Amino acid sequence: MTTHPSLSQIERYAAGDPELDEPSVWAIEVHLEDCADCRARLAGSTTGASRAVIDQVALVLDREIATAAVPVGRSRPWSVLRHRWFVGTLLPWLAMTGTVLACAAVLGALWVGTPSLVLLIAPLAPLPGVAVAWHRRADPAWELIAATPASGLTMLLRRTAAVLAFVIPALAVVGAGTGMSLALMLLPCLAFTAATLLLGTLVGVRHAAIGLVTVWTLAVVAPSLVAARLPVLLSAQSAPSWALATVVLTIMALLRANGFRRLSHHG
Amino acid sequence: MRAVSAVETTATTYPWTIHAEALQVRAGRHLAVNGLDLALGTGVHGLLGPNGAGKTTLMRALATVVAPAGGRLTLLGHPVNGRAELRPVRRDLGYLPQHFGYYPRFTVREFVGYMAWLKEMPRSAIPAAVQRAIDRVGLTARADARLKTLSGGMLRRAGIAQAIVNDPRLLLLDEPTVGLDPEQRLDFRELLRDLGTDSCVLVSTHLVEDVAAACTDVVLVNEGRLVWRGTPEVLAAQGDAGHAGDSPAERGYSALLRQHRAEAAR
Repeated sequence: MTTHPSLSQIERYAAGDPELDEPSVWAIEVHLEDCADCRARLAGSTTGASRAVIDQVALVLDREIATAAVPVGRSRPWSVLRHRWFVGTLLPWLAMTGTVLACAAVLGALWVGTPSLVLLIAPLAPLPGVAVAWHRRADPAWELIAATPASGLTMLLRRTAAVLAFVIPALAVVGAGTGMSLALMLLPCLAFTAATLLLGTLVGVRHAAIGLVTVWTLAVVAPSLVAARLPVLLSAQSAPSWALATVVLTIMALLRANGFRRLSHHG
Repeated sequence: MRAVSAVETTATTYPWTIHAEALQVRAGRHLAVNGLDLALGTGVHGLLGPNGAGKTTLMRALATVVAPAGGRLTLLGHPVNGRAELRPVRRDLGYLPQHFGYYPRFTVREFVGYMAWLKEMPRSAIPAAVQRAIDRVGLTARADARLKTLSGGMLRRAGIAQAIVNDPRLLLLDEPTVGLDPEQRLDFRELLRDLGTDSCVLVSTHLVEDVAAACTDVVLVNEGRLVWRGTPEVLAAQGDAGHAGDSPAERGYSALLRQHRAEAAR
């Protein structure tokens, strides 16, 4: 570390003494930038002439600040938070998801004797939202966002979390009305979300969501409605398997994180 | 006025900010950039070319939005291909797309601040950097207006503000002067000269005038290939009274294109 310049050196520096050679001036200046004590000593050594200059500068600055445009308010913290986690284009899709769940609940209540519709479609509930969250036609600023370092898995996870933050309470409320096990509602829903992300690294999130919705509808929802009973997949004893699937799929999706760096996986 | 960080004063360890060798980029199924060789350093470079020359596709590849289909691309010393880590490049990148979408309910300040956050700037530096970027494009008076209330030229300037907010070392501007009135275009040229002193600025445009006035270097592309490269003065000297155009630079531009097409036809 540098040693502090002596008081006489500081006085000569403050007076602009021509005897003080240039390298010494630099050394003192560099030291002053980092040392508050020496700056205080310098303030005590200033000459009348330099104090007059400083007063003049302060006066001019004050006047310019007074005449300049009024500094505008900082943006509100709440809206900053909302902008970072949520895009407005998701709203209609989330509204649709909520409506479909409500309709399923009402149908289930009216139409006694069939398997619970809510339970059958619960795994699919977050998928429309997740697909839209990472699709270029749904996000007007996609090209700007795609060129930023934050683009990629973090961004997708953030938006997926926003979707789940809406869908999970909605499912819980609807599910509470039907008296079904909450674990059987929510675990498949999380497993399907993780599967969408994982498949999304390969074929794009939108295609992955469409594929999973189609397969689940044809393979599980339709046969259960025809046979009028719940499939083994959604019986109480399969809950641990769903939990395991959720964990494994999530880990695999995170390992494939690099797949989301480019726009080609955007849609 | 702002403090200069240590990162800005470190010596560069790469010869070119943009270095493309036999670069190929797809737009849909079509190879819009096909075998382009380009090496650009610090300065303002004007990218000229007719419609469909592959300018926007090239800009997208340089902005790391689309992956190159072939060839080699190195940005700021980092290779850019399908597998490379892109974050260090993207932190030093500013990009204004040709059709830039935005969230209409954001204010200018929120929009630029959001982009600064996406560019992973330090949290404490964001408010000052946002204010500075907005001041530099002359939107100070409208900083808290919502984007949907702005005119086309103001939107374009908000787009330029988000591109320069992180003081990028590589700045890509695709058609930045569209919608600017003549006075704003003069201000913009001044800003370009300022930015070009210590970063690599690539401006894609149709307006030969802007290039002649504000660029240190002209890059002419056609059908996905580099046709010609030189200074605006040499460009102006290429044409004579027999070529189409209202200014020496425009005549030079049409002379070079005609010459290139004649060679290609042979």
